[in-house]
Amino acid sequence: MSSQYDIAETLDVKGASCPMPVVKTKGAIDELAEGDVLEVVATDSGSMSDLDGWASGTPGVELLGQEEDGDVYKHYVRKTE
Amino acid sequence: MSTDTPAGDGTDASADGAPSRAELAARVDELEASLAEVTAEDDQKKMSIIATKGTLDMAYPPLILASTAAAFGYEVTVFHTFWGLDILHEERSKNLKLSSVGNPNMPVPNAIAALPGMDRMTTRMMEKRIADNETATIEELLETSLDMGVEFQACQMTIELMGYDEDDFYDGVVTGVGAATALQDMVEADIQLLV
Repeated sequence: MSSQYDIAETLDVKGASCPMPVVKTKGAIDELAEGDVLEVVATDSGSMSDLDGWASGTPGVELLGQEEDGDVYKHYVRKTE
Repeated sequence: MSTDTPAGDGTDASADGAPSRAELAARVDELEASLAEVTAEDDQKKMSIIATKGTLDMAYPPLILASTAAAFGYEVTVFHTFWGLDILHEERSKNLKLSSVGNPNMPVPNAIAALPGMDRMTTRMMEKRIADNETATIEELLETSLDMGVEFQACQMTIELMGYDEDDFYDGVVTGVGAATALQDMVEADIQLLV
């Protein structure tokens, strides 16, 4: 399934549970350039709420969208600064 | 009406003793500068945690919150004291135990839980669950937090009380600190927690 976003990088955190999806997303975003979109693929159902909370509380990132695809949760985060 | 002030000349005080335009302008500059200072300080969010417990279950909350706050861009300090020191102790952190007594949620009665070897058994059960769920280990969380810039402090008074050596702790752990350091961190922090 292709995404509607222009993805610069995909982070696979399948299997990892709290707090690792958020912590690893932060690490991956730090490596990207301004404007890049990161795709985060997780199996932790808590990641839907946690990535949303992280993105709203963290300067320099924007959550573009979240998708539930069976047991997999996908998050699209843009680095804004 | 005698309130007319000469236009274009703001340096003179007015006749009735009210502040001159220049004095008011200086006061406004001063207030704007201190406002900018306060706003700039607010930009960097801070969290201060005091970690006092060293059982396997109680080692998780400070580390999970510290690494998550670091992911939010917070400046985080965790001050470890008493049994909380074991979380920073390179050897002991790998062998944190879960107590089988004193917790009514445990599936065994206290009379049986108090038997020799029971703590070891409940600890093994929990370690297996941690592994099966791919929950991060204490060591992983600590190393991750250190990489993210979390400052872990080991209370000097309890290092000596427990008979630990400063070299026993993970690289990057700050020693030689006391309650005043923790208090100052708490004063400056947006979030303060005692765990």
